[in-house]
Amino acid sequence: MVSASPNGPASPRGQTLLLDGITQRYGASLAVNEVTLDIRGGELVALLGPSGCGKTTLLRIIAGFLAQTKGHVMVGGQSVDGLPPNRRSVGIVFQNYALFPHMTVAENVAYGLDARGVDRATQRSEAQRMLDLVKLGYLGDRTPRQLSGGQQQRVALARALAVNPSILLLDEPFAALDKNLRLDMQIEVKRIQRLSGITTILVTHDQEEALSMADRVAVLSQGRLEQFSPPTEIYDAPDSLFVNTFVGSANLLGGVLLDCDRSTGRVRLDAGGLIETRAPKGDLQPGARVTVCLRPEHLSVDPATSDAETLNGVVEMGLPLGATVIHEIRIGDGTAVKVSEPRIQRTDLLAPGTPVRLAPVAPRLASVFAAA
Amino acid sequence: MAATLRDVTTYDLKLAAPLAAGFVLFFVTPLAILLALSFQTDPQGGHYGLTQYVAFLGDSFSLGVLGSTLWLGVKVTVLTLLLGYPVAWLHQRSPGWARGLIMLLVLLPLLTSVVVRTFAWVVILGRQGIVNATLAWLGLIDTPLKLLYTEGGVVVALAQVQMPLMVLPIITALSRIDPNLADASSVLGAGHWRTFRKVILPLSLPGIVAGCLLTYAAAITAFITQSLIGGGQMLFMPMYIYQQASTLQNWPFAAAISIVFLVSVLLVVSIFNALGRLSRGYADA
Ligand SMILES: Nc1ncnc2c1ncn2[C@@H]1O[C@H](COP(=O)(O)OP(=O)(O)O)[C@@H](O)[C@H]1O
Ligand SMILES: [Mg+2]
Repeated sequence: MVSASPNGPASPRGQTLLLDGITQRYGASLAVNEVTLDIRGGELVALLGPSGCGKTTLLRIIAGFLAQTKGHVMVGGQSVDGLPPNRRSVGIVFQNYALFPHMTVAENVAYGLDARGVDRATQRSEAQRMLDLVKLGYLGDRTPRQLSGGQQQRVALARALAVNPSILLLDEPFAALDKNLRLDMQIEVKRIQRLSGITTILVTHDQEEALSMADRVAVLSQGRLEQFSPPTEIYDAPDSLFVNTFVGSANLLGGVLLDCDRSTGRVRLDAGGLIETRAPKGDLQPGARVTVCLRPEHLSVDPATSDAETLNGVVEMGLPLGATVIHEIRIGDGTAVKVSEPRIQRTDLLAPGTPVRLAPVAPRLASVFAAA
Repeated sequence: MAATLRDVTTYDLKLAAPLAAGFVLFFVTPLAILLALSFQTDPQGGHYGLTQYVAFLGDSFSLGVLGSTLWLGVKVTVLTLLLGYPVAWLHQRSPGWARGLIMLLVLLPLLTSVVVRTFAWVVILGRQGIVNATLAWLGLIDTPLKLLYTEGGVVVALAQVQMPLMVLPIITALSRIDPNLADASSVLGAGHWRTFRKVILPLSLPGIVAGCLLTYAAAITAFITQSLIGGGQMLFMPMYIYQQASTLQNWPFAAAISIVFLVSVLLVVSIFNALGRLSRGYADA
């Protein structure tokens, strides 16, 4: 067995997966709209988006349960359009695990091998090997209903991997688990994914899960691909207002673009003050109305000054949250802005009513988009 | 402490009392009378003994009637299952509006009187009936086929009449199966047939057992259909009992063969139940 560190590079053994301009129409509505994703072999990609954005539809198209209205699915450079699910070599872990209730755990894991005509002895030894991989080697004779949720999920994973599929699809696999177990299983799945080097698509609406597990995250909104980037880039350099607000939290401030170049921009905020931002997204000319996105940790609360060229406000509320302190500040145009600071730096809460000045902790953190 | 927490099951017993009384009055008592009657040696009363049972079990004609009745039930059940399972499956796979239509068609026999339904079959199967007329018109036959007053006719008519009893439990069982299971099976490499055999069929077994039980019990006791479609040549247990009791006024013998019939049916039912228990493991999955 190949040993790979959980954070090592994607294994070259996995098959590439190309979704080329996939569109899915249900009657008049577009569930998936021209989605193109070029996924490397062995990569773990998260499909992230709110409920109803088309994640499951995309998954069902990859698995072959649904024939897309337009576009192509290519696995390892070969088109799989028109192949039924049983000939696509994909493995799926369903949200409810979908274990066969009338079979033992070992029979569940051996099911795919049996369907492929593998002899009994090999079936048994392979099922045992897969169960050992998910650390459930001792439970082969139980039925699924005698297992806990986490154990059922491991069995579902073992069953999917037993047939050595090219692509592994996980549909909201952790949604039904409680918080502690979820973290354990996320680590476990990542470990096994790295170990087997299988190209994996993880569907989730949980941004933390997507950011922590995936090599790259595809953010979807209303059937459209908004951004396809590594997690840190999704968080630090969002391509759209949607991504900026859906992933992490953001304060949205109105303003006017003063000037910009390839790497920076300057915006005069409606609530007062000038702010240096990252280069605006899209084709924006100086003078355009824009929305500036500032994450709570991008700001600090400083004592008020009489300078009119700063962003001033009044403290509404302060909340100590363990490692951080959150202040809500009402600024000049009436917007409430959240600011999060490490408690090491700010040991005392500011009293409501205190006049303060807000300043970015560093230049060019804020993102700028055309005003919505 | 414990006394304040009243056991809710005590209420159940009290609420069931009227039903229990009715059950004793209209079911247990007549059955007891029937049992007592069956031990009378003579229609005019007199001694008690096993005379009637000995007469029944020693008579090859009587045993033949019992055998053909139980066998008729098997044939009807098998035919109903073979025709009903695809209907239930179709219902499960259809879009909403089609489901309603299929359900209506399945329930239709229950919405018409047994007598009407049976006479409809007489019209269909008769010498000048729809089947013979069609076959003759197509030039496939010269002389009408004998369909009415045959066992085949009885089996087909009973299968149609009992269809809801088979289809409804199977629909219930199929609708309880998680649709992801079929998807999981196919993605693991199984074709349609394998998915059906390994996943759908075993998981719908509780519905099949229930449907067979109901169909069988209904088919062997279907007095009207058996007599009207079967005509005079074929004799099944319900008619046999009726003849002995009503026509020949031989009440003790009628009682005895009723008891024999009852015991045979209970035997068949317990075999079905044993099968049901085997499949119980899948039932509430
Ligand atoms: N079988 C279907 N018929 C019609 N509309 C559907 C069907 N399946 C999904 N949709 C619609 O397509 C959109 C995407 O659904 P889905 O892929 O399930 O989203 P997600 O998994 O991201 O929550 C939704 O608006 C949903 O209502
Ligand atoms: Mg979904």
